Amino acid sequence: MSARTDLLLSIADDELILGWRNSEWTGIAPFLEEDVAFSSIAQNEIGHARALYELAARELGTTADELAFDRKPSEYRSAPLVELRKLEWARTIARHWLYETADEIRLAALKASDDPEIAGLAAKIDREEAYHRMHAEMWIERLLSTEEGRSRLNEAVDELWPYALGVLDDVLRPELRARAQEQLGRVLPEVEAVPRGVHEAELAELLEEMTSVRRSAPPGSQW
Amino acid sequence: MVFEVFRQERKGQPFQHAGSVTAPDEQFAEIYAREQYARRQESVALWLVPRESVHEIDEFPDEFEMKYRRVDGYSIKARLHEARERAGTLDMAPGATE
Repeated sequence: MSARTDLLLSIADDELILGWRNSEWTGIAPFLEEDVAFSSIAQNEIGHARALYELAARELGTTADELAFDRKPSEYRSAPLVELRKLEWARTIARHWLYETADEIRLAALKASDDPEIAGLAAKIDREEAYHRMHAEMWIERLLSTEEGRSRLNEAVDELWPYALGVLDDVLRPELRARAQEQLGRVLPEVEAVPRGVHEAELAELLEEMTSVRRSAPPGSQW
Repeated sequence: MVFEVFRQERKGQPFQHAGSVTAPDEQFAEIYAREQYARRQESVALWLVPRESVHEIDEFPDEFEMKYRRVDGYSIKARLHEARERAGTLDMAPGATE
């Protein structure tokens, strides 16, 4: 597999798995408007995953659906950050914000790519991600504005920080640190990143559930 | 806070009330309104108005039933029909067949 396809798949997997995780809030988010907004963000992420899978599928001679649903857990390239099941609002927001910040840095690098298809798709995705970032940053500001919010957010960020670093390659990590520290107004710990390639146990459970409907019909069924 | 949302479907068209969003502040309201009223490209612009800023008037006393002050005060359709019948010009009325 080419480095290009490998890269496309790792981003697509991040978007698909995070989209799924965020969609777990549908119906149970803290309040109705947030429920609608967060579910919509989740759908956007899955839409980005589809566009990225389609590019990769062309090179691999397969389809976006097969890439999304028919691989073994070990074949996914997602970062452990997106795999964690965090059905707790402060952690969900911390993860959402850390991921969106890392994603912006990654997309900026891709927009400068020599490959016009990758650069074009990155620019298209980034235009939608801008609203996800607005949403995430708004929540961070809000949580930082109260004593309780600040302490719960900080606790969540500390827990997720090694995972957040693992979303990016080494060269891009200092930028993530700089941006995160600036918004939080504090220094984040020097820690080892939790890299891609090692999967959280929660991933297998997620895939089991995510593919259950597809697996209920014979392979190649038309939906 | 409740924000009333008005949406414009196409450039140049009037803004029409679309519904409302409940949000802790303007920033959240913007995100929520985008997601609820514009995510499928169904609007080209939105107005968000805090509900407190809306000055509502809902009492219009009409003690003397001054119907003549309204454009629909008099119904002339029936009287016109009668008059045309008397004059034998019913077939010349606008919209008359033959």
